[in-house]
Amino acid sequence: MYKILTREDFSDATFLLEVHHPMLAKAAKPGQFVIVMVQADGERIPLTIADFSTERGTITLVVQAVGKTTRQMQQTCKVGGSLYAVVGPMGMPSHIGERSKVVCVGGGLGVAPVYPQARAFKERGAYVIGVIGFRNKELIFWEEKFASVCDELIICTDDGSAGIKGLVTDGIAKAIEAHPDIEEVIAIGPPVMMKFCAETTRPHEIKTMVSLNPIMVDGTGMCGGCRVSVGGEMKFCCVDGPDFDGHQVDFDELMNRLGRFKSEERASLERWTRNDNCRLMGEEPRSADLS
Amino acid sequence: MPQRDAMERARDFEEVNKGYCFAHAMFEAERCLRCQDPVCMEGCPVRIPIADFVHAIAAGDLPRAASILRTANPLPAICGRVCPQESQCELKCHMAKRFGPVAVGHLERFVADWERSQPVGEPPPSPWQSARVAVVGSGPAGLVCAGQLARQGYPVTVYEALHAPGGVLRYGIPEFRLPNAILDWEIEALKRLGVEFVNNVVIGKTITLDDLFDRHGFAAVFIGTGAGLPKFLGIPGENLNGVYSANEFLTRINLMQAFQFPEADTPLKVGKRVAVIGSGNTAMDAVRSARRLGAEQALVVYRRSEAEMTARIEEYHHAIEEGVEFHWLTNPVEVIGDDDGWVTGLKCLQMELGEPDESGRARPVPIDGSEFELPVDNVVLSIGTTPNPLLAKTTPGLATHPWGGLVVDENKGETSRRRVYAGGDAVTGAATVILAAGAGKSAAEAIHQDLSAGI
Repeated sequence: MYKILTREDFSDATFLLEVHHPMLAKAAKPGQFVIVMVQADGERIPLTIADFSTERGTITLVVQAVGKTTRQMQQTCKVGGSLYAVVGPMGMPSHIGERSKVVCVGGGLGVAPVYPQARAFKERGAYVIGVIGFRNKELIFWEEKFASVCDELIICTDDGSAGIKGLVTDGIAKAIEAHPDIEEVIAIGPPVMMKFCAETTRPHEIKTMVSLNPIMVDGTGMCGGCRVSVGGEMKFCCVDGPDFDGHQVDFDELMNRLGRFKSEERASLERWTRNDNCRLMGEEPRSADLS
Repeated sequence: MPQRDAMERARDFEEVNKGYCFAHAMFEAERCLRCQDPVCMEGCPVRIPIADFVHAIAAGDLPRAASILRTANPLPAICGRVCPQESQCELKCHMAKRFGPVAVGHLERFVADWERSQPVGEPPPSPWQSARVAVVGSGPAGLVCAGQLARQGYPVTVYEALHAPGGVLRYGIPEFRLPNAILDWEIEALKRLGVEFVNNVVIGKTITLDDLFDRHGFAAVFIGTGAGLPKFLGIPGENLNGVYSANEFLTRINLMQAFQFPEADTPLKVGKRVAVIGSGNTAMDAVRSARRLGAEQALVVYRRSEAEMTARIEEYHHAIEEGVEFHWLTNPVEVIGDDDGWVTGLKCLQMELGEPDESGRARPVPIDGSEFELPVDNVVLSIGTTPNPLLAKTTPGLATHPWGGLVVDENKGETSRRRVYAGGDAVTGAATVILAAGAGKSAAEAIHQDLSAGI
């Protein structure tokens, strides 16, 4: 149904899928996301659209294998295969305003979703400073692709194996120091990273947009599971977001809500891993009563 | 109506009602007084010739009963299960006052279930009309509209945002009340009529409404996008872990099959004590689902009294039988949580009934100093939904009321956009399956008239 045309592995956990979906590719705008299912009784998981091409009729997703569904995708999504469901583009497109200088920050996997925004700002003539952060040199991906839409690129690694040693917040501080005229920062990555990016820019009063990633089910505003507090107001990330003013977001609540199903997620992953090992051993997967 | 034992059924999601056998149905149908002026029909929002189909059952002529029913109501197996008959047809029944009404709903269900057991007839001719119609949303309004148009020969495409069709019939109503197999059968019947179903497409996002006309060549569009946006109370603690909207709670269970976790991937965390706030059918569905998912204490918390409850009486009775506790005149004011952000309780005020309010119902007034805390692990908010604004927000010129409902012409169901019609909860706000079905049906008639007149 939704055919996988390309797959690229960036590390032992991160991989890219290019999925054929001309209708979606045509409608997609930077900042939007899709809901993906791998099978009929699978989860509906939100994934940000990392790239899209109307010519190829494809969207690109970058996935980090962390839970059951994403591990399964890592194992089963092959070129020529397909996904059970892909629906979108969900959410409001990022607002690409008239800016003369912006910083686009991507932490780890967040490099992928911030890329289309960096490109869009570049196309509108902004001076784009890229800040990308990884744990180490081996995990870096899209460096060249990202650099091609940036006027400057600051790479940060936790261990200093590439670029500057430090977190993306150090990269942002460095950019702000060199460029007092930065008008906007766009930061995408793990919630804790986005929280501290917002704290880094707050004293400088630089507008900071973040892209939130709460747990979702339908992605159309129906379940309210993705509700977040922004400026003290309840927002549904799927329809009102996913981009919000980082200085207004209650990140602690978001992080707490991301842990809503932690024990179930762990159980599901363990069960999958166990059954998966059985498959590798050439045995039938065993049923759930083991848990 | 024979039912499964309450304690047995409260542990699974199999259907509660067992259905009539033929003899029982004929016996029930014989109870009809054959009134000269069958007022039962007046109580029906889609004017099913109730007396006619009941008499056909009494005469043992099930094919005739089925054909009468289906002509008037394209979703009899569903409406026979979920209609609030006690406030519609059965309320009007002359038998009601002294002996209890003829069980019209149960008879409707019986006929529809019989029909489902029959072999499928000859395939109908392929669509003969040239104008194509798009239906947005595959809930009751959309399904009925699609079916009626297909019978008139129109090629119809139904777009659904989720990965499975049925709308609220799929994600909202649990299987113990409406088994998915019944919904699947209705959808298969529509497919046999030539209706095409396209899942995973959000009109207004994947394709705009204008694209449906300009790029996809549809001549008319029916919007049946329902009232999917959940309301929250605005009380402190609503974002604690363990608080769900009824929509999320039920969608995880019904659409995503969370009751089969971990065989199905989507989880749902249900603690020992679950409080559901609200008193409508959705609240009953949620609280009874909580019970089935292992809640030892499943509570309904409602700020008004039993008399103002809006749920169907049958669901209320079923809930009581299944051990659900009802806390009437109890107004939640805060969800209490622990240091880790998990729900531990619900702070409530005891209420008493005062003067009637703008809805005509006695206004609940808090009793001073009555604050108390119910210890609970989960809170499910079932306090209503509003129309989903997604399509209206992305469609220029599609007028809505301030509360979100689509503005339509009363007679035809046409919106502010030419050749765009709407019906069901998207227009009325959250209402019943049968009203949505009725709106889908009359919109189909209007679409047929407009298209054939070339207006």
